Amino acid sequence: MDLLNQITQFVISGLATGAIYALIGLSFAIIFNSTGIINFAQGEFVMLGGVMTIFALNVLKLPLLAAVVAAVLGTTAVGLAFERLAIRPLKNATPLSLIIITIGASILIRGVVMLLWGKDTQVLPPFSGNTPLEIAGATLLPQHLWIFGVTILVIVASRLFFHHTISGKAMRACSFNRKAANLVGISVGRMVLLSFVISSALGSLAGVIIAPLTMTAYDVGVMLGLKGFCAAIMGGMGSGLGTVLGGIILGTLESLGAGLISSGYKDAIAFLILLLILFLRPQGLFKKGETERV
Amino acid sequence: MKRLISAALAVVSLLSFASAALAAAPIKIGALFAVTGPASFLGEPERNAAQMVVDEINKAGGIKGRKLELVVYDTGGDATKAVQLANKLIKNDHVVAIVGPSTTGDTMAVIPVVEKAHIPMISCSAGIKITEPVKKYVFKTAQNDTLAVARIYEQLKKERKSKVAILTVSDSFGSSGREQLKSQASRYGIEIVADDTYGPKDPDMTAQLTKIRGSKAQALICWGTNPGPAVIARNAQQLGLKLPLYMSHGVSSKKFIDLAGDAAEGIRLPSGKVLVADLLPKTDKQKGSLLAFVKDYQRHFSAAGDHFGGHAWDAVMLLKGAIERGGDTPDGIRNQLEATRGFAGIGGVFSYSPRDHAGLTKDAFVLVEVKKKDWALVK
Repeated sequence: MDLLNQITQFVISGLATGAIYALIGLSFAIIFNSTGIINFAQGEFVMLGGVMTIFALNVLKLPLLAAVVAAVLGTTAVGLAFERLAIRPLKNATPLSLIIITIGASILIRGVVMLLWGKDTQVLPPFSGNTPLEIAGATLLPQHLWIFGVTILVIVASRLFFHHTISGKAMRACSFNRKAANLVGISVGRMVLLSFVISSALGSLAGVIIAPLTMTAYDVGVMLGLKGFCAAIMGGMGSGLGTVLGGIILGTLESLGAGLISSGYKDAIAFLILLLILFLRPQGLFKKGETERV
Repeated sequence: MKRLISAALAVVSLLSFASAALAAAPIKIGALFAVTGPASFLGEPERNAAQMVVDEINKAGGIKGRKLELVVYDTGGDATKAVQLANKLIKNDHVVAIVGPSTTGDTMAVIPVVEKAHIPMISCSAGIKITEPVKKYVFKTAQNDTLAVARIYEQLKKERKSKVAILTVSDSFGSSGREQLKSQASRYGIEIVADDTYGPKDPDMTAQLTKIRGSKAQALICWGTNPGPAVIARNAQQLGLKLPLYMSHGVSSKKFIDLAGDAAEGIRLPSGKVLVADLLPKTDKQKGSLLAFVKDYQRHFSAAGDHFGGHAWDAVMLLKGAIERGGDTPDGIRNQLEATRGFAGIGGVFSYSPRDHAGLTKDAFVLVEVKKKDWALVK
């Protein structure tokens, strides 16, 4: 096995992991853009997607597609309830207290899932078999193709939504200037609710497609959420290509770092990058610096 | 006169009642288990098994006519709480011995308390520090990591494989395993050619495995608890890794086979014998205890008894033996525990001595292989 082959494998594995981070990062960015909140319960939406699909599949005996739809709808309902019950009532809260509320919500969701479905790790069968595919000497699983496919689909769909529909444009307007958006007749509250709905649906979808690979349990959301957060920071919290690239760079560097340097420093590499970016380019890797007009 | 007689009768009968009550006073045993919290996968079966065996002993008439009473407290896996509860057991409940705690951290914190109070304790956790160096009042039933490592290395030596790669999880279980794997290697003429780690919640380990595939390793030993090892098994299958794959006893449950699916086929691991109780030869000394434990546990909790519950079962049975021989004083129990020889329990055949309070040899582990989604003994 020569080095070149090894590197191909590292990159392909990294791309696959990176795509997962990118999806989660996107769902962070959507809420941030319309509310200014970093939703630390995002990882829990990812977990809910996986856990609910397994529940629908094994206990309710639904076919796979129906189970996935049920899980995404279920998680979206949780996201909706979360916004209505915990975010909406606090009209004039500072972003900091809202962020703390999301941390509280994440602990609550984790606890409830643990009580309802237990602490055991569970696994979802892969969507289309387990036979590895070979690409340029490196291997990947059919499930990885699903991840790539869904990620690309989500990017295209979000681009279309945010730039070519009234609701999407309205959401962007809210993110630029809430007061002005309100003045031109956009219901900011409804846009915030919509952002929670989209973001929880997206998070749960990420959870569903990775569950066959990484397995799922009540506590998988924490680490995935943090990595997704890293990706979003790298992309400058934009809901577009920046975050996706951020996720992919993060995944690839992690994998290359683990393979070529030392696996002991894998997470250290990820968080070192995060810190460097926060120090050097707080506006994200791909965004031009913002200037405040007075 | 009549009144005097009836008064005397009343006094006599009262006295005899009192003494009857005294004779039947139960022997109090304390138990500290992490029934909730992150280590509840240990504490819950331990609590169940301990309560089950105490009930069985009482149903069979107790120990020399005296019932046992088990006082169970939940430490939540929190060392501070464990210390408080140990004090409570000793000072308020006046127990004569303590079973547990479930984790090495809790146990290490409680040791000074029981040593000072001179109360014997049988820990259900595995850390080697618990009984090395020997503490006068502290014993344990869980098998040391060292023994599991020795079991794997012995097999590799038999197959003349001398170059191994190790992949360990970056938590306390993994780092303790890694230490043992490295320190015992030279004794078996084994060279570690790749030494990698992974995070407990990592979604993908293909990078580490690709690196290992590029090394000259003849076998891969992975040390971790679910779900990591299952992800590794699947990644190894994805990469078409041909190396024989060894896991630790940390995944010796059916759950691992469920999680890893087809990828589990052919994987070997050292395990306590409870997993393969019905496959053991009739000559095995533990077979009787094992089958009884599995059957009882199934009947009481309609779940398969595992080796964690087994640790608590062993601890209570060891206490029972010591109380039968040495009475119900803490020091009598301690002395008789230390004198226990050849007790065939769930974790292994225990022989304690003044120099060894762990009591097991590497025969406590058998090497098992996953075949057709079930365990098979490696001959």
